[in-house]
Amino acid sequence: MALNHADRPGSSRDDDLAGQVVLVTGAAQGVGRAVVEAALARGALVLAQDLSDGVMNLQTAFPGSVVAEVGDAADEGVAIASVSRAVDAFGRLDVLVSNAGKTLNKPLVETSAEDWDDILRVNVRSAFLFSREAFRVMADRGSGAMVFVGSFTSTVALPEGSAYTASKGALAQLMKVVAIEGASHGIRANAVAPGVIDTGFLNPIRPDGQEYLRSFGSAHPMGRVAQPEEIADSILYLASAESSFVTGALLPVDGGYTAR
Amino acid sequence: MSKMSNKVALISGATGGIGSATARLFAAEGARLVVTDLDQKSVNALVDELASSRADVVGAVLDVSDASSWESAVRLALDRFGRLDTLINVAGVLAWPGVEGTDQATWDRVIAVNQTGTWLGMKAALPALRASGNASIVNTSSVLGIIGGGGAAAYQASKGAVRLLSKTAAVEYATQGVRVNSIHPGVIATPMIQEILEVEGDQQRDIQRTPMKRAGTADEVAAGMLFLASDDSSFVTGAELVIDGGLTAH
Repeated sequence: MALNHADRPGSSRDDDLAGQVVLVTGAAQGVGRAVVEAALARGALVLAQDLSDGVMNLQTAFPGSVVAEVGDAADEGVAIASVSRAVDAFGRLDVLVSNAGKTLNKPLVETSAEDWDDILRVNVRSAFLFSREAFRVMADRGSGAMVFVGSFTSTVALPEGSAYTASKGALAQLMKVVAIEGASHGIRANAVAPGVIDTGFLNPIRPDGQEYLRSFGSAHPMGRVAQPEEIADSILYLASAESSFVTGALLPVDGGYTAR
Repeated sequence: MSKMSNKVALISGATGGIGSATARLFAAEGARLVVTDLDQKSVNALVDELASSRADVVGAVLDVSDASSWESAVRLALDRFGRLDTLINVAGVLAWPGVEGTDQATWDRVIAVNQTGTWLGMKAALPALRASGNASIVNTSSVLGIIGGGGAAAYQASKGAVRLLSKTAAVEYATQGVRVNSIHPGVIATPMIQEILEVEGDQQRDIQRTPMKRAGTADEVAAGMLFLASDDSSFVTGAELVIDGGLTAH
């Protein structure tokens, strides 16, 4: 499956996701939404899943190209229904972007068992369920690509981040298992490990969310935080045939944070 | 939109498997190119090939272990194109002997090309890359720059050095508009390892250890080079991009 780009001199591959069916969890805002928009721009068809019914706006904005599914990504029934719906609507599933996630900043001793369960459930259980269901339909066709959205905390630690950091570390290891099991079925699995991203992620839990996020800029050697579109571009590299020999890889997209 | 339009790229080791695939892909994506290698004839042949598909390309003989050779190559880029945005360090040599089997001459040669050559290239190109303000360096390491399983003492020492040299450069230049990353191919079907693949075919040990159960192609590594060189990776620096069919994931 060599990619002979030399056959297409001067061509760009902006259409390399043309007709590909992409399922994105946590699609209503931030990185998820940026992935949806970038995938659509490259010709993909999208199943956009989110807890928030704001995701319905995408279906309205892109009729025929986006089907929205509202529900809790960590609910087994929702994962099963979302994957089925992608196949029913578009005939197949080529790419899973497992992005749904939630953060929590609390010292260890203030973290309740309920906090722990909630973060692990949203960040890891959802990824397990969606990747399992996607694996089944991808294996039937003998091809597919999954991209998990990890974090710089997949490999390094933050204080007051016991549940979140543990969940992102778990995601990185889950990804590798999917990669190893998927290789003989034509399924690739990889993860991005973003640094801090300029999204509304923290707004519900911190009134100074945006300001707080930007204060993290100086912790990245590049001196700034990421825009969601930058993470989306890296996700789509791992989702597309451009990365056809890449599997089991954790790609830092962190402005140098983990290189220090 | 072509991903490398308005960018000037200098590629070392450009006539080899990964180097030539990268040069072809970058040319197709609109890059202006300086393609370099040790052998004049091979460089000329590549320049002719790329120029025949209307690429804006110039070639130069480059011994990566020689600082003045690098200075000439960078000067050529600036004279011809007025700028330099991308440095792709591919030039490398492979030697398989282990610790006791490696003689001093082999050690020195491998370190000179793979390790010192990568440093000299960055040192020579960085003034121009800083002036670009939106520049990218990609250094070719290997999965054998991460894991110890290869038994190739000098080669693995040099590729491990490339890995950390890339990270220290990434941090040093992060606020100066220069991103630096390393790429880590696994088993790739290139002339460098052709002999091994021909003798042992897909039974070759490292292919069997590769979960995807095949060798990668030079084009697949080139696509990773393009990602890291282009603005698609604008927040990626100090990263290791492993292109190995899952070899190091298990």
